[in-house]
Amino acid sequence: MEFISSLWYAIPEVLRTVIVILLQIVAVVIPLILTVAYTTYAERKVIGFMQGRMGPNRVGPRGLLQPFADTVKLLLKEVIIPTKSDRYLFLLAPILALAPAFSAWVVIPFSENMVLADINAGLLFILALSSLGVYGIIIAGWASNSKYSMLSAMRIGAQMVSYEIAMGFALGGVLIASNSLNLNDIVHAQSGSIFSWFAWPLFGLFIVYFISGVAETNRAPFDVAEGESEIVAGFHVEYSGIAFALFFLAEYANMIMISALTSIMFLGGWLSPFQGLDFLINIPVIGLFFGNGIHWLALKIAFFLLLYLWFRATFPRYRYDQIMRLGWKVLIPVTFVWIFFEIIAVALGWQPWL
Amino acid sequence: MGIPLKDSLKHYWKTFSLNELLKGMRVTGKYLLDRNKITIQYPEEKTPLSPRFRGHHALRRYPNGEERCIACKLCEAVCPALAIKIELEERPDGTRRTTRYDIDMFKCIYCGFCEEACPVDAIVETSLFEYHFENRGENIINKQKLLAIGDKYEPEIARMKAADAPYR
Amino acid sequence: MFEQILFYWFTAVLLLAAIGVVVVRNPVYSALSLILAFFTMTALWLLMEAEFLAIALILVYVGAVMVLFLFIIMMLDLKIVEREGFIRYLPIGLGVAGMVALEMIMVLQRSNFDSERYLAAESPADFNNAEALGELLYTHYLYPFEIAAVVLLVAVIAAILLTLRKRVATDQPAKTQDIEQQVRVKREDRVRLVKMKSE
Repeated sequence: MEFISSLWYAIPEVLRTVIVILLQIVAVVIPLILTVAYTTYAERKVIGFMQGRMGPNRVGPRGLLQPFADTVKLLLKEVIIPTKSDRYLFLLAPILALAPAFSAWVVIPFSENMVLADINAGLLFILALSSLGVYGIIIAGWASNSKYSMLSAMRIGAQMVSYEIAMGFALGGVLIASNSLNLNDIVHAQSGSIFSWFAWPLFGLFIVYFISGVAETNRAPFDVAEGESEIVAGFHVEYSGIAFALFFLAEYANMIMISALTSIMFLGGWLSPFQGLDFLINIPVIGLFFGNGIHWLALKIAFFLLLYLWFRATFPRYRYDQIMRLGWKVLIPVTFVWIFFEIIAVALGWQPWL
Repeated sequence: MGIPLKDSLKHYWKTFSLNELLKGMRVTGKYLLDRNKITIQYPEEKTPLSPRFRGHHALRRYPNGEERCIACKLCEAVCPALAIKIELEERPDGTRRTTRYDIDMFKCIYCGFCEEACPVDAIVETSLFEYHFENRGENIINKQKLLAIGDKYEPEIARMKAADAPYR
Repeated sequence: MFEQILFYWFTAVLLLAAIGVVVVRNPVYSALSLILAFFTMTALWLLMEAEFLAIALILVYVGAVMVLFLFIIMMLDLKIVEREGFIRYLPIGLGVAGMVALEMIMVLQRSNFDSERYLAAESPADFNNAEALGELLYTHYLYPFEIAAVVLLVAVIAAILLTLRKRVATDQPAKTQDIEQQVRVKREDRVRLVKMKSE
């Protein structure tokens, strides 16, 4: 032990900072990738069940090793670069799609004090990064030199820019209620009991936020960018192998991200719904489960992911102009009205959530 | 607008309560919890086949071992995909028999016309559907292979024919 | 030390990207260089602990404006142009660059941009950038802020009105689908159930 610590302090300070940061990143990214892998499995299972099918059940017990089989398959496949594509941008695009999806995780508070970067403008940081995700897709659409990809890139660009506004306003409501841009403070502002969660006073914003989140991640029923029946697979038609896998990873990381944010902003993040019920928390071992902690965040994320899959199994795809109408003429006015009344409530000092 | 206020309010209530969406989700949610899946686990479980199932081809023989085909070429003529190729010669005893009977399985559309056209029930389509080709050229099935399949599956072919006979 | 390495790295990238915007021939690459320049600039601002400004820059310019920019460049399908008139425009370009440099130097020489004065002011650990900005905007600079907001509102309304213009040839408003009406359609309006005997 002595030896290791002396070795550790022999490293120059700059390098030590870098190593610590890298290890922290790995500690977040590895579980994230595993979650993505099992989200794909859950997606196939849940949608299969909803359609009266079994879903994957051949690889490993109950098909539990299916994600790994898929990963190995994608890793071993050839990355085909179309002849007339722009090969640098073509290969850069998946990375550009993935980077914001992963880097947004640094400000997510997983539990009390369990956050990589506890920055003051966390909420803005999230908004900024989620607006960057569109670049990977637009560049992929253009660099592939394919009509389908291009159409998809156009659709997705307009869609994401539009829904960001509704999302931003919904988060603005949270900001007004919690009086802070720091995600940890937002969670703390919701402590007390299950009735202090922002989902109740900001119910409309909660719904609007999740719907715009679904649209922002291009998932059904807003997946016109992939629209199999019209434009094959959209922006990633020309991608194969690991390049395709990166897009896939980015999409699912974004889904988990939106689920995590919805839980943090509106459902109290790592706060337990049994908060305030001390007799439950004081039970010796089971009390740990009823208390606050990362497991509640995980459960809430899982719930929203299930909703994502549920939507996909249930709803038919929106038409493109209907998506635009929903975003601009329904969701944004709803947020306006809700925030207006919220501001009046705050101005009158009538804040039941505090 | 010509829409009465009451209808308008009803419409907005229906839209903003997300009523119809929730109804849809209830249907899929019900199936999520339903243990009763309709999937057939294929290699272990199989669906029943009709006696008229049109699978891999076979050439049949008479019970005395003589091949049925008399090289009348009706099947070759009726084949819409031009998948059958027949050559023939006369045997010393004066009967016509094929020297070559090739079916290109890539061309074949499994319509069953050859079976219908055959006057002696020589060419049949069996219920065999699990087969594959590993090399180029294996898709052309020659007379020996067809006869071999016929010999191997004769009891099943006869049973299927008998089952279907009353409806013909 | 670590911050210095970061600073020099980002400055180098920023300068390269800024040069790239002008020099690169492919317009899409040019726009992407501009995005990279914005991005590295935000990194520099973050090093100066101006996180609100930095993130606002990403949110507004990189997240929205440049997306639309890129969009249009891709839609227009611009060809890679041969560079022409480089020498001809060089004097004008150099003149403008010199002017800008001169102005920057003059501004930075002024005492209220005195870098030493601002370095000395250590901000407390719980200093909140966004809060400080908001407080200034809504108290001291309230009127300029409100006027800017009204100007923006007018621009938004004007932009919407432009889309509602009539066509010159037919004097008819542009044809659009009335989704309100489409959504209101009920099953009874479209489906008629008929009972008939089987034939």
